[in-house]
Amino acid sequence: MALKIVKGSIDRMFDKNLQDLVRGIRNHKEDEAKYISTCIDEIKQELKQDNIAVKANAVCKLTYLQMLGYDVSWAAFNIVEVMSSSKFTYKRIGYLAASQCFHESTDVIMLTTNQIRKDLSSPNQYDTGVALTGLSCFVTPDLARDLANDIMTLMSHTKPYIRKKAVLIMYKVFLKYPESLRPAFPRLKEKLEDPDPGVQSAAVNVICELARRNPKNYLSLAPLFFKLMTSSTNNWVLIKIIKLFGALTPLEPRLGKKLIEPLTNLIHSTSAMSLLYECVNTVIAVLISLSSGMPNHSASIQLCVQKLRILIEDSDQNLKYLGLLAMSKILKTHPKSVQSHKDLILQCLDDKDESIRLRALDLLYGMVSKKNLMEIVKKLMLHVDKAEGTTYRDELLTKIIDICSQSNYQYITNFEWYISILVELTRLEGTRHGHLIASQMLDVAIRVKAIRVFAVAQMATLLDNAHMLTGNTQRNGICEVLYAAAWICGEFSEHLENPMETLEAMLRPKVATLPGHIQAVYVQNAAKLFATVLKSQEGNTDSTTAQEASQLMIDRLPLFVQSANLEVQERASCILQLVKYIQKLQQKDVEVSEEVCALFAGELNPVAPKAQKKVPIPDGLDLDAWINEPPSESESEDEQPKAIFSKEEPKHSRPRHTEVDEKELARRREARKQEQANNPFYIKASPSSQKVYQETPGVEHIPVVQIDLSVPLKVPGLPMSDQYVKLEEERRQKERAEKKKKDKKKRKEKRSGRGKKHDSGPESEEDITPAHMVDIVTEEMPENALPSDDDERDPADPHKALDIDLDKPLADSEKLPVRSHRAAEVLKSPAEDEEGENVSSLEPKKKSSKEKREKKKDKDKDRKKSKEEKKKKKHKHEEKEEADLLCGQADEPAFQSEETNEVVTPPTSTSADVSDLDFWLSNAPVPSNTQEAATVAAAEAAPAPGAISVTTPDSEPEEPKDTEMEETKSSKHKKKKQKREKEDKEKKKKKKHHHHHHHHGDKGGEESVQNGTVEEEEPLPPMSNYCLLAENSYIKVMMEDADEAYDIQGNLQDGSQVVVSVIFENKCDSFLKSMEFNVLDSLNSKLQRPEGSGPHDSLTIPFQLPPGVSNEARFVFTVQSIIMPQKLKGTLTFIVKNEESSTHEKLDFKLHFTCTSYLITTPCYSDAFAKLLESGDLKSSSIRLEGVNMPFHHLLARICFHHHFSVVERIDSCASMYSRSIQGHHVCLLVKISSQTVSVDAKCDEPTLLGNVLDEIKQTFSQC
Amino acid sequence: MIKAILIFNNHGKPRLIRFYQYFAEDMQQQIIRETFHLVSKRDDNVCNFLEGGSLIGGSDYKLIYRHYATLYFVFCVDSSESELGILDLIQVFVETLDKCFENVCELDLIFHMDKVHYILQEVVMGGMVLETNMNEIIAQVEVQNRLEKSESLPFILH
Repeated sequence: MALKIVKGSIDRMFDKNLQDLVRGIRNHKEDEAKYISTCIDEIKQELKQDNIAVKANAVCKLTYLQMLGYDVSWAAFNIVEVMSSSKFTYKRIGYLAASQCFHESTDVIMLTTNQIRKDLSSPNQYDTGVALTGLSCFVTPDLARDLANDIMTLMSHTKPYIRKKAVLIMYKVFLKYPESLRPAFPRLKEKLEDPDPGVQSAAVNVICELARRNPKNYLSLAPLFFKLMTSSTNNWVLIKIIKLFGALTPLEPRLGKKLIEPLTNLIHSTSAMSLLYECVNTVIAVLISLSSGMPNHSASIQLCVQKLRILIEDSDQNLKYLGLLAMSKILKTHPKSVQSHKDLILQCLDDKDESIRLRALDLLYGMVSKKNLMEIVKKLMLHVDKAEGTTYRDELLTKIIDICSQSNYQYITNFEWYISILVELTRLEGTRHGHLIASQMLDVAIRVKAIRVFAVAQMATLLDNAHMLTGNTQRNGICEVLYAAAWICGEFSEHLENPMETLEAMLRPKVATLPGHIQAVYVQNAAKLFATVLKSQEGNTDSTTAQEASQLMIDRLPLFVQSANLEVQERASCILQLVKYIQKLQQKDVEVSEEVCALFAGELNPVAPKAQKKVPIPDGLDLDAWINEPPSESESEDEQPKAIFSKEEPKHSRPRHTEVDEKELARRREARKQEQANNPFYIKASPSSQKVYQETPGVEHIPVVQIDLSVPLKVPGLPMSDQYVKLEEERRQKERAEKKKKDKKKRKEKRSGRGKKHDSGPESEEDITPAHMVDIVTEEMPENALPSDDDERDPADPHKALDIDLDKPLADSEKLPVRSHRAAEVLKSPAEDEEGENVSSLEPKKKSSKEKREKKKDKDKDRKKSKEEKKKKKHKHEEKEEADLLCGQADEPAFQSEETNEVVTPPTSTSADVSDLDFWLSNAPVPSNTQEAATVAAAEAAPAPGAISVTTPDSEPEEPKDTEMEETKSSKHKKKKQKREKEDKEKKKKKKHHHHHHHHGDKGGEESVQNGTVEEEEPLPPMSNYCLLAENSYIKVMMEDADEAYDIQGNLQDGSQVVVSVIFENKCDSFLKSMEFNVLDSLNSKLQRPEGSGPHDSLTIPFQLPPGVSNEARFVFTVQSIIMPQKLKGTLTFIVKNEESSTHEKLDFKLHFTCTSYLITTPCYSDAFAKLLESGDLKSSSIRLEGVNMPFHHLLARICFHHHFSVVERIDSCASMYSRSIQGHHVCLLVKISSQTVSVDAKCDEPTLLGNVLDEIKQTFSQC
Repeated sequence: MIKAILIFNNHGKPRLIRFYQYFAEDMQQQIIRETFHLVSKRDDNVCNFLEGGSLIGGSDYKLIYRHYATLYFVFCVDSSESELGILDLIQVFVETLDKCFENVCELDLIFHMDKVHYILQEVVMGGMVLETNMNEIIAQVEVQNRLEKSESLPFILH
């Protein structure tokens, strides 16, 4: 063995190491490839040896060769061998090689899973580190799934070095295995507050990367990031966070308001330019989000633009670039602000730096107006002439076209000018964008009817000078414009001045050198021209011209009949035969023109690009279903035409029969081609233009053709676009002058001096009228087109899969797959146990983080206190909140119905988090909420009078017998009542009648309750005053309908108190303890807390819940105004304790105080009632309830039970009822029923209260 | 995200390539050529940002580079990275190389490509910035170098 090692080491001494290899390559500059191939042979030999050191050396050399472009994937297995070496040195070499050349389809990767897992759990942190680094480069979905749990464990590693790597790699894991995101997210979030700045930075990095793609899912993290932003000193972290905020603010403008101040502080304090720039950027984003719709913010935008101008004018080119970049963000929303800096941006177009020129070009796009379009384009045309290098010139060309064609040619006032610009652009040689110019020509000519005469003339000249375009190379992209020219001349040939000449130009022998699809168009349109010529000669006694035309066609077409291009050939031979026949007829002096014209009759309208997609699928048509049985394989597909339309065909797989003979196929193909050739939009996917791109391997291979100045640049006979600029100027001036005249006239007539502004001020947009009537034909859409449902995102985008709601609580099924020996194992695998521990260890941390956050809120609050301004803001926010509450009323019916149905789904913490965020954004102050404070509160809670009264904890089983239940209940009630001294006797009576019963959520009544006021035969349906507040797998919380309201007006000036009984029921097998009840107070309703505790402290519930037990606690709320219903958000936190672990849980709920709950059942005698009505102090209102299908006594009982009324008098189908609010408002009802219609006339001294009570009554009956 | 890190010399010879997205070897070489073509024709006094690499990424990607003596350090990044931040990062990386190699020059990179990779691994991991603190980077590199040395010693002694 020792001998072997020694032998190995001696071998190694003679082996080349990396340095030798590099040296060797440098010494063999002449025959590098040959030298390397011998080296590879050597390496292959080395890899065959057993010695790992030799192998590692070989792999190291391969990594180098890989950099030089050699494929080393053949050594993948050896790389895995080296990776699995126990020595760090070799392992590192192996992982490096793997990270350089492994990818998803490397098959040996699946062999590495166990090795990587071993390395991840290695006691040596650097083994783990190396494995993580390597894995980050070649992680596959399989590896991600198998290792996600291991990596997640590493996120809590003791060494920060491992933690930060594990955190970072999670992003890659998420991408490959999106299911891991939710289970891993809590821990990732936790790492945002890791003590190590590196780990923190990594977590920020990952979350920013995630949030960038799906910002809305991360909005709830804003408070945490805000805290980080104000506390972190790491510029890198700050930049990331600030960038993230830039992405979040558009979603939540309130966030922006919060950000402005700290960002401004950073701008003033930082010395790092990078940070400063990002701050400015995010401030811009904030301002944009704030100012949308608010004009008064445009001033600050203006300020930003001015600051950016300073950047752009800076001598540092980097800043100039970034300034322009930031400017383009403003441009999108505030083009006007940027437009005023046109001078600067045009100046940047002259910059020596291409990057800056490109940025400036981008900005130009948004700066054009009707007024300056011509000027800007003129400037760009100058640049086109000057530009060296095709890339920039092509960029200019596309920009010119973009600028002009944007928003449906909005800024073009003179289309003649535009056509001449397009024609001028055709002079560009070596451009790749011929098809772009061509499609613009077609588009304009088709859609702007008024321009056709001009366009046709221009196109005719273009055709006449075609030799100039086709000049050098066949491949020249610019000859595409001839396609457009030929088509326009043919289609609109009636506008041609001299069709005969154009016909001649189109049939020149030189045309045969053009690409096939263009020739085909030439031939087809020559036929159209021919028809026009015949038509123009109609009635003319001298038929020589017509005969000349026929002769020309007959002479020239044979050239095309010989064409190698099938399309050209077929069209040419068809048309040739046709013309020959026509010639015969002409010789017989037969009038043929009409018939020939009929061949091309009808107008082609433009079709919207998405029209095809939007055709709705007719009912009953299943595009995926086979029409016939699928054909047997191996139909050759490669002969299919490469047009865009063919792409759609295979999807709907029109199965072809194999029996169809070749001829038939060819015929069909031809028919299809014909169809395509006749379609003017076929050009967009013309195969040859497409090919040009595919064949060009890179920019450097594109021949850079300089404009040959020996050829006259100006195409003879073409008007220069510049002339139009002048003409336009003159025209506008004239217009202005005329307008002035008119104005003057008007002024003379009206004698008003206000008109002055008009002529002295700059010409406004609206003043410029188009040169001629522009009639842009809108593109056709199919009838009943489907609404646009385009998904902008690329379906292949891996980030789409990561659009996951992270706030939803984790389901049991959502766990990272854990390796276990056998799936069927009953016992928990150790790994699972570990995870259990992980979870439990995770929970307290979560809490601590929350505490921290709250502490921070506290800090915030302190800071706020110091500033008067802020306070005002806060107030505003609270007002807003109140407004929200008011708005909430509208939702109330739905809410209530859910409650009474008692199938309420437990509110997810999503809403809670959102409300957390709302809360944070609303700037409301938060007191310190540490554990101590809570316990202090708990200690004080008991003696505090009325704050919490506890009933005996009853440990009855989950479904007790009715009688037992009743007994305990009544005893409970008694106890409660003893405690309260102000208890109304009448009410007590009522209570006994009512027999509140609360069974567990289901409405199947165990006992029916008879209202004491009624005497009748039919038993009343069961009624329950308890509604479900919230429920999860641990606990169920029910609230009694807050009917315990009682008046304590004597104690508080005009406040009132409401007591709410809440029943807590333990639903799980674990012990629930340390329950804490907290409610987010509103201005109007506040939870009464023991003295000394802050307004946001939670109340400790003074009992614990063994499994299956329920208990009741009462909470007192102070209510200011009772005329409106109230909703309060609250949270119950508690600890679930079982043998192994205890976890902290949280349950959110909403307390709903209806107006009814502020009413106290108060009996009233009929004489007092009559007096009250007579007094005239009461406002009246009424409602009608339709279709109430219940006995009258049931109706009354319901009103009594649910709305706390008492019956004063009842006569047949008419009853008067009375109730009183806790603040002494009288509410009187007169209820009448006649055949399912109930009318309720009501009177009350507070109309708002009355309205709300009536609404609630209506609600109650609408549910029946 | 960083999509690729390329180091090549004034003649376009690659000294280190690190792609964080898979490209076949010939494509990698083509990207290097294209990037070199774009970068090399730029003066030293123009900005350090470049758009329009057609092969690597789309409009969302940018080339951010620095030119030191005979070497170009090019980072291809998307819009989630701060432009000036990456420029700083390149500076940190180069300074780290300078510390680790003691006055780094092109030859160090030529003969110790593996070591440069190991250093880079402490700065950028899987396309995301791992560490920006130079001292921390150097510390980790040195510990690993020591580890490597300690492993080679017993081999000779046995």
